[in-house]
Amino acid sequence: MSNQQKHWEKTRGLLFITLAIWFVFSIGIFLFGAEMNKVTGPFGYPWTYWFTCQGSLGAFVILIFWFANRQEKIDEEFGFSEREDE
Amino acid sequence: MKGNFIDNLPKVYGIYTGGFIGFIIIMAIAEQMGMTAKAIGIAFVAFTVFIYALIGWLSRTAQADAYYVAGRQVPTVFNGMATAADWMSGASFVAMAGGIYFKGYGYMALLVGWTGGYVLVASLLAPYLRKFGCYTVPDFIGTRYGGNLARFSAVVVLTVASFTYVTAQINATGTIASVALDIPFQYAVYVGLVSILLCSMLGGMRGVTWTQVAQYIVLIIAYLLPVFWISNKMGAGFFPHFMLADEVARIGELEQQFGFVKNAAADLKSVPKGLAGITKAHSAVNATPWAFISLALAMMMGTASLPHVMMRYFTTPSVKAARKSVGWSLFFIFLLYSSAPMLATLSKLSLIDPNLPTGIIGKTFAEVEAIDWYQNWNQANLMFISDFNGNGTLELNEFFMGGKAVVLATPEIAGLPYVISGLVAAGGMAAAMSTADGLILAIANAISHDVYYKIIDPKAETAKRLLVARVLLVIIGFAGATIAAMEIQGILGSVIWAFDFAMSGLFFPLVLGVWWKRANRQGAIAGMLGGLAAGAWYLVWVRTGGSGFLGITQLTFGIFGSAVSLVLMVVVSLMTAEPDKATQKMVDDVRVPSGKSILGKSH
Repeated sequence: MSNQQKHWEKTRGLLFITLAIWFVFSIGIFLFGAEMNKVTGPFGYPWTYWFTCQGSLGAFVILIFWFANRQEKIDEEFGFSEREDE
Repeated sequence: MKGNFIDNLPKVYGIYTGGFIGFIIIMAIAEQMGMTAKAIGIAFVAFTVFIYALIGWLSRTAQADAYYVAGRQVPTVFNGMATAADWMSGASFVAMAGGIYFKGYGYMALLVGWTGGYVLVASLLAPYLRKFGCYTVPDFIGTRYGGNLARFSAVVVLTVASFTYVTAQINATGTIASVALDIPFQYAVYVGLVSILLCSMLGGMRGVTWTQVAQYIVLIIAYLLPVFWISNKMGAGFFPHFMLADEVARIGELEQQFGFVKNAAADLKSVPKGLAGITKAHSAVNATPWAFISLALAMMMGTASLPHVMMRYFTTPSVKAARKSVGWSLFFIFLLYSSAPMLATLSKLSLIDPNLPTGIIGKTFAEVEAIDWYQNWNQANLMFISDFNGNGTLELNEFFMGGKAVVLATPEIAGLPYVISGLVAAGGMAAAMSTADGLILAIANAISHDVYYKIIDPKAETAKRLLVARVLLVIIGFAGATIAAMEIQGILGSVIWAFDFAMSGLFFPLVLGVWWKRANRQGAIAGMLGGLAAGAWYLVWVRTGGSGFLGITQLTFGIFGSAVSLVLMVVVSLMTAEPDKATQKMVDDVRVPSGKSILGKSH
């Protein structure tokens, strides 16, 4: 397998992990919205209410920065990162 | 300072922010000295619009890459601010807290949808399109799939989606300008339009970028300052986002105590159009999982397909910066979106809690009618009370309010000085203008670059291309304003439709262009036109009395459109020949950040 194929394989792997986490916070939680809302969550808000107001939104912000860092590492590992912003 | 403007950015915008805060303080002092509310409103809107126009003029350019992609030198964090302003429209600013106030959980699917989409932008598209080096989204489609028909189809989808969106934004600028400047809406729309064009015409993307950063600063101050102030004034908590759990619980108690009494249809007829009462629990789960998820999903896929957002990531200096910049965009959006439910909570509690001095439920009608702010907002057609049961005291089901009032009226209800209301008007204006700018520019650039330059006259000189781009900008702006002046649909409805149109026609052709090498021209064209047609058909069908299926409504028709688009694209691609070697090599090159971009620096 060429260097580029390996790079793409890893990139795709990262995409699947990222989309899996995204799925949990954007869809997974809300499949059980009614049940989860009965429980008191962070800062005393009901769980589902908190996720729709802040939790999921914040998780997306963190997820994107995490993804960007991981992807940079993958690019560096295979020598595909940009040289000093050209 | 011109030479290294980019290095000086933090300083420039630091001074600007300080100047704006100084302006707020001067206005506050002027209010104490007797400046009228109307004069303060005019001063806020006129002052901020003047600054944007000044930035637009300073950013004028005669170079194609500055006009189309701001010279690809916008730093990560500033591009994040510009994208956030580009993204958060008049609807986000003025209508969102109101939607949450009235509809609760079911509506908050929009909060999740309008933020989660950025994960798709960052992981599936933005860095790859940046590597491609395109000027516009159809530029990517046209080069990846090849041929004028593919390019033109992308322009069609882009125009349908963005134009639906832009009329709503011009409508919002008109609404705010008409209130703040006290002129009739039909004229205010054109005042709004001229302000928008001042920012974008001379400098194109460069002008829009630097005005959007300035507009973000105004709109975020205008949104957060009242939320924090009201929360502290009510004693609800120093930092509302972490401290309103008791207030949320208290609203639940009051809802139990008052009960949601259903009004008779005859009674509701007397309520002015557009106003609503509180009929849904504040923090309870009041939508089925599919209703919530389908709306969120449609908004997320729509986010990743809307060209005016995607093209902001063409302006970063590198692929790496494009990725990070998506994170910053969402962070800046998060600041406002996570505050909207807090504002809705504070607003609702201050109105309905009888223990608070501002609470009106349980008071007599004579008492409520004597309140200054009630009279003002009743006159503005945003508040209404009616004694349906004739007992003389105001019940929860006898109080009606417009969605906009939550953002616009809450500062006044909570007893904040008028200077805050002027600030909020300037913030709403900034939000609507920045989005309208981005949208009009996206349409005009696509038509001037992809239709005029790439298809009609490939030999045109830069000066002529930019002239065409500017003429188109004015034409599209006026067309949008003319339709906005007719007031066909509400602001929020048409915004949601724009997302559905964009995802119907563009989501899969864009994503598969990067992630599926086998995708070819025939498949992409079928996917774009078929998806758009299917989505549009479903919308018309449901609007004309069709029953719909799978719980897909007129707000989520993009789910149907994009499903059709995906199937068509895959089937047609597999039935026709695979893309040639050169195209496959192009896709390989797009997938790695290093090396030259596919399209030249200036093309």
